[in-house]
Amino acid sequence: MPGVVILALVIMACAGAFTAPAALAKEVRLIPQWVPQAQFAGYYMGLKKGFYKKRGIDLTIISGGPLRQSSEYLASGQAEFATLWLASGIQMRDHAVPVVNIAQMVRRSALMLVAKKSSGIISPQDMNGKKIGLWEPVFQIQPSAFIEKYDLDVTTIRQSYSVNLFLRGGVDVASAMWYNEYHTILNAGLNPDELVTFFFYDHGLNFPEDGIYVLEDTLNQDPDLCKAFVAASIEGWDYAFAHPEETIDLVMANLEDEHIPATRVHQRWMLDRMKDLMYPLSGGGISAELKYDDFARVAYSLKDFGLIDSIPEYNAFYRKCYDENHQ
Amino acid sequence: MMKTTNRGIAFKLNLWILTSVTLIFAVIFTYTYLFTRDMLIAKIEQSALDLARATSEDIDAVLLSVEKTPENIAVAMEQFRPQSGAFTGLIQETIKRSPEIYGATVAFEPWEYSTNIRYFAPYYYKGRDGKVEFTYIPYDYIYEDWYQIPKELDEPVWSEPYFDEGAGNILMSTYSVPFYDLNSPEKKLWGVTTADISLAWLQEIVQAIKIGETGYGFLITKNGTFVTHPNSRLIMNETIFSLAEGKGDARLREIGRRMIAGETGFVSLNCEFSGKPCWLVYNPLSSNEWSLGVMFPKEELMADVFRLNKIVIGLGAAGFILIMFLIAAISGTITRPLRALTRVAEDVATGNLDAEMPEVKSRDEVASLAHSLDNMKTSLKDYIRDLTDLTAAKERIESELQIARDIQMGILPKVFPPFPERDDFALYADVEPAKEVGGDLYDFFFIDEERLCVTLGDVSGKGVPAALFMTITQTLIKTRATQNLSAGEVIAWVNHDLAQENPSFMFVTMFFGIFNVKTGDLDYVIAGHNPPYIVRANGDLEMMPSTKGMALGIREEAQYSAAKVTLSQGDMLFLYTDGVTEAMDPHNDLFSEERLENILKEHGLMKVGDLIKHIFAEVHSFADTAPQADDITMLALRYTPE
Repeated sequence: MPGVVILALVIMACAGAFTAPAALAKEVRLIPQWVPQAQFAGYYMGLKKGFYKKRGIDLTIISGGPLRQSSEYLASGQAEFATLWLASGIQMRDHAVPVVNIAQMVRRSALMLVAKKSSGIISPQDMNGKKIGLWEPVFQIQPSAFIEKYDLDVTTIRQSYSVNLFLRGGVDVASAMWYNEYHTILNAGLNPDELVTFFFYDHGLNFPEDGIYVLEDTLNQDPDLCKAFVAASIEGWDYAFAHPEETIDLVMANLEDEHIPATRVHQRWMLDRMKDLMYPLSGGGISAELKYDDFARVAYSLKDFGLIDSIPEYNAFYRKCYDENHQ
Repeated sequence: MMKTTNRGIAFKLNLWILTSVTLIFAVIFTYTYLFTRDMLIAKIEQSALDLARATSEDIDAVLLSVEKTPENIAVAMEQFRPQSGAFTGLIQETIKRSPEIYGATVAFEPWEYSTNIRYFAPYYYKGRDGKVEFTYIPYDYIYEDWYQIPKELDEPVWSEPYFDEGAGNILMSTYSVPFYDLNSPEKKLWGVTTADISLAWLQEIVQAIKIGETGYGFLITKNGTFVTHPNSRLIMNETIFSLAEGKGDARLREIGRRMIAGETGFVSLNCEFSGKPCWLVYNPLSSNEWSLGVMFPKEELMADVFRLNKIVIGLGAAGFILIMFLIAAISGTITRPLRALTRVAEDVATGNLDAEMPEVKSRDEVASLAHSLDNMKTSLKDYIRDLTDLTAAKERIESELQIARDIQMGILPKVFPPFPERDDFALYADVEPAKEVGGDLYDFFFIDEERLCVTLGDVSGKGVPAALFMTITQTLIKTRATQNLSAGEVIAWVNHDLAQENPSFMFVTMFFGIFNVKTGDLDYVIAGHNPPYIVRANGDLEMMPSTKGMALGIREEAQYSAAKVTLSQGDMLFLYTDGVTEAMDPHNDLFSEERLENILKEHGLMKVGDLIKHIFAEVHSFADTAPQADDITMLALRYTPE
């Protein structure tokens, strides 16, 4: 029963009301795993609206991107908080970086496969003999499991960041994020009814994506800070979803500051999809809980595909750090 | 009065004429506008399509010539497998000679160029000063669209535009031709040869399209991405579909789909740039399947039509005002003399037949009216003169008639009591003539000491003839009665005399009685007359028996028999003409014998004069306002021997 004991300790550590005078505001840094697009709007809104400040957190957000990996910044201590995919977090833990998931913000995987109906693909079996575009390793686990699950004989092609290979027919099936590439395809003139989509979430391959990570030391030294950070983030997300136009204004401004081309419609689509991915289908708000089933599904798949050597201890990897009442 | 007369005609003329004119103008204007507009639109459409086609062809000409370079190099690679020095020289030379090509490379599959080199792609491109520069493509190019797509499709492809970081460092589009190792047993990809074009010159070509002030051209790629657009925020950032999504414009999305499907079209939509209505003409590039769109601002192109419309409407308005003044003037020429004539007519109406006629110079209806008015004046004068004469004549006749009447009435005894020396009977009679000279008569006279003749009659017809007839009758009766004849004989003779010379077939109804004042016996004849009444001394009322004689003057040989009644002390004989019983009230009801009898029953014992006056009063109150149509005559005789 050691797991239970540790969990009890964690809960005790994270319990107790958090009160911190603003004078003693703690300076911390957050790095999301990519550029400041709507995928991370909740954190930026929380910062702008003072949800972190009122909990005694003096937050700076460092823009992620191809040149700034959030995993590296977290590991090296350049940022106290980072967002990571659950799969990336488990891989880091396996590679002896002592990261801890303190909040699993996204509950549904946004990764999907998409095909044109004109290529004759309606069901997974129709992919036999077709070419499938796959991204780099961490994005390949779910499609590979999918191929295995349906026992498909397919040719996999390495897919770049553009969807042109798919649009031109270089591959029959493309990998896509629901909040990103799928919309790009729609905005290249293909109608939803001309496309067929396969959400891994619907095929028993839900790998929840973005979560908030800290190093173990950070959590052990200041559990209240972590708790306050998660509460502020959830408040930020709730605010962002409730005020989409204001949120998109901020996102567009941030992207412009970074000289990243962006369109409002795309950011709006992304924000709407984040809402779908973070809020439960059954209603209610963000739970931020990493369920053991989700953890186990991802971890065992990683091990099966040889991306990790061993399964990390769930109770060490995930430390609940929030109150339901989001104080 | 003057104002309303004026307003009447002028107002009506203005209303009807201007309404019709406006309507006609509106119809003509609308038709002309629609016709010219449609003609213009057809012309615009044609020239728009021509422009779009011509521009597309210009661009295609360049792109197709660019395609030749990598195609030729691919053939050279496959056929001659040149050494690196040779094909790099070829690339370099090609770039120098092709002003439109920005850069070119031959990129090999990994390890295919040399087993020691993973990626080999020597790239020549034009530097800033136009000099040809060289670099090895520094990135892992095999997952780039320009390499991967032709490789997977096994065919040459134009890439979507991209910013080439690391090698070209400009916005470019690349034409890639895969080439194969013909020495291997299966068709094995060896590499891809490319030529890049800078999108700057494409943008220049398209941006050179200027249609009016706000018309412009734009270019979208196979994905709908804007390559050129006057709104630079869209370039390489938005697609026509994201634009449509942002606007919630499903139609724009549909137009975009048609564009990238390679269709040609001419549609009407709101311009993205100015928000004003535009026509969009689109035409595909045959080389890379991009699509060229040209926006034609409707307002500007239709400016000529609008200007024409303004002019036409202006002319119409001017014409409208002119017509208004014309009508006012014309109606003025009509109404002015009319007003003058009106004044004259009013003058004439007040009786001034010598009113001065206004001078009317025109020879139109107004002149006729003036003429007619003048004629009317003259005719009126004549008429009035005639009327005056006629009235004088009439008055003369009437006075003569009055005289005749007076004479006629003068014949009737009017002094009561008639025989003041006698007290053995009381007698009263009176006639109330109707308007004209009438024909009632009554008379009483002694033939000798004992016998009193009493007559009362009613001549048919009216006027002078009736009066004469009556006078004749009365004279005849007097004449015959004094010849000592019986009552029946007297009447027979009178009838005979009247009927003998009676060309106008007049007749007279008559009561004739000879009353013996000694005995109270009354011999009488009733010739077609209402039977008289007797009111006995005790108040009983009796109607005297008829003698069944016909009216006098009809048949010469008619016979008349007499009857006899005897009056006693206090009995009264009452004679009357049908003027009493046939007097009418306003509802055309008759006074009737019943009413007369009731009065006689009730008041039969009054003095004879009072009784007759009372009956007259009753008849008058019954008749009320109804005019009296006939003479009313009554005679009463009460016998009082003791």
